[in-house]
Amino acid sequence: MEKKHFLSGDEAVAFAVKLCRPHVIAAYPITPQTVIVEKISEFVASGEMDCQYLHVESEHSAMAACMGASLMGSRTFTATSSQGLLYMCEMLHYVSGSRYPIVMVNANRTIAAPWNIFGDHRDSLSQRDSGWIQFYVENAQEALDVTIQAYKIAEDPKVSLPVMINLDGYVLTHTYELVDVPPQELVDQFLPAFQTTNKLDFEKPKSLSFSAPPEWQTEFRFQQFEAMEIAKEVINQVDKEFGRVFGRTYGGLIHEYCCRDADYVLVAMGSVAGTARIVVDQLRAKGKKVGLVKLRSYRPFPKEYFQDLGQRVQAVGVIDRDISFGYEGAVYSDVKAALYRPGAQVKTVNFIAGLSGRDITKENLAQMYEPLEALALGEKVSEIQFTGLRWT
Amino acid sequence: MIEIRWHGRGGHGGFTAARLLGLAASVYGGNYAQAFPSFGPERRGAHVLGFTRIDSQPINDHSQVYNCDYVIVLDETLMETFDVTKGIKEGGLLLINSSKLPQDFNIQKNIKVHTLNAGQIAEEVLGVPIVNTVMLGAIAALTGIVELDAVYQAIDEVMAPEIRDRNKKAVEVAYNSIKGVSL
Repeated sequence: MEKKHFLSGDEAVAFAVKLCRPHVIAAYPITPQTVIVEKISEFVASGEMDCQYLHVESEHSAMAACMGASLMGSRTFTATSSQGLLYMCEMLHYVSGSRYPIVMVNANRTIAAPWNIFGDHRDSLSQRDSGWIQFYVENAQEALDVTIQAYKIAEDPKVSLPVMINLDGYVLTHTYELVDVPPQELVDQFLPAFQTTNKLDFEKPKSLSFSAPPEWQTEFRFQQFEAMEIAKEVINQVDKEFGRVFGRTYGGLIHEYCCRDADYVLVAMGSVAGTARIVVDQLRAKGKKVGLVKLRSYRPFPKEYFQDLGQRVQAVGVIDRDISFGYEGAVYSDVKAALYRPGAQVKTVNFIAGLSGRDITKENLAQMYEPLEALALGEKVSEIQFTGLRWT
Repeated sequence: MIEIRWHGRGGHGGFTAARLLGLAASVYGGNYAQAFPSFGPERRGAHVLGFTRIDSQPINDHSQVYNCDYVIVLDETLMETFDVTKGIKEGGLLLINSSKLPQDFNIQKNIKVHTLNAGQIAEEVLGVPIVNTVMLGAIAALTGIVELDAVYQAIDEVMAPEIRDRNKKAVEVAYNSIKGVSL
């Protein structure tokens, strides 16, 4: 039977990792590390978890150690945040290019300067092209459940890609919530032991993480591209199977709320999605036909979904807890590119909000629907809007 | 949904109380709850906030708490520099750890004000002036938001074995000193 606990998002992830029985954890224990690896170290010290726990000297080394362990056929885990993620950037590409199914949780915190330790998505979105699957979760329960799902997705031989699960710094990492922790037997049933042929084996020697000359590099990149396309289907399937075993599903790549008959919708990633659903309910009660799309998988990006959404609604707003200087919010660029098929009449607006821990309030969210309504009525609004900006 | 704000200083266990209340109300009380501290670096002695949300329905709101049903002040000196009544809903409750009377604080808002000499109870029962569990017992008694048994179970789950009984006693003394006092 599932046991209910009152856990922070960090602790919920640690429980999930324990249930997934990794062989090797590598972590740099200094700022900006999370409670996740601290809690896991307690599990290992108390004997509740049987694994190799490596204290390494940097995030770069943490990812290199995970890669080395994965190369021996081990299931591995690490966690990081903010500047730490940037520091392991080089290794992120090594891991994805060599197709090691490492699972990592990133506590989303902004990057300097100005120096700040609070949450936004600028750290992980800057790693968009690192070849990692990227999930964004809404609460502690989803953090736990997606961590378990992540191993199944990553280790699927058709996918064989690393997964980064993004958890909003403080808002999720430091907030305690009621969490169902599934029993070990169910997780063992859902997630069998890691099997791979992509490992060092004296019986079947081969070269791993090798050089590829110009004659072959394109073919390797094509395989990464294809694996990400295949991952879209696997992510949806694994979510459904998870639902059958544990009774909870999340919608796979996206989760829609009140979108079926909506005139205009917001797109959001992470913890703000729950708050936004409350605002959708409030506006629906006033007769406004509004909806919300929670974008769960940023890479692979659900292009086909947004192509279809563009035919169904009149206006789409995208909340970005980041900005790509010189253009617009990174998520907005992707959503807009998918929406605007030839002939599409949909209008779009980008909200830059929640930077560096600034709260996105229910009032902020309600106000975001106003320019969307104006767009739906054929009025013009400014395309890039900074929510709560002190001057305009 | 009930929203509660705790005012304390870093090291006083204000957030621990917020978390104990959330744990008692959810795992041992059959409700849903959220508990979180004021976000940022942890500094001993600095003004620290804790928040608890309690509802019979799952809580999807992950924005900050702006309006509170109850506010609990562990250290009255914080009131010299901070308006602890900020955001208290009309008819809401302010509970202050103080030897003074509620009217001594001259609060000009339509809220209920209650004081409890929690420092004295803590000194007598715990032997240290840490009032977080005393105030937890007091808020349970004043509001009925959580049963005494649920608070005991939460303490058993979270606190180290050597301090559990003393803290449960602190909760009980505070609870009994309040129970029967009409607001």
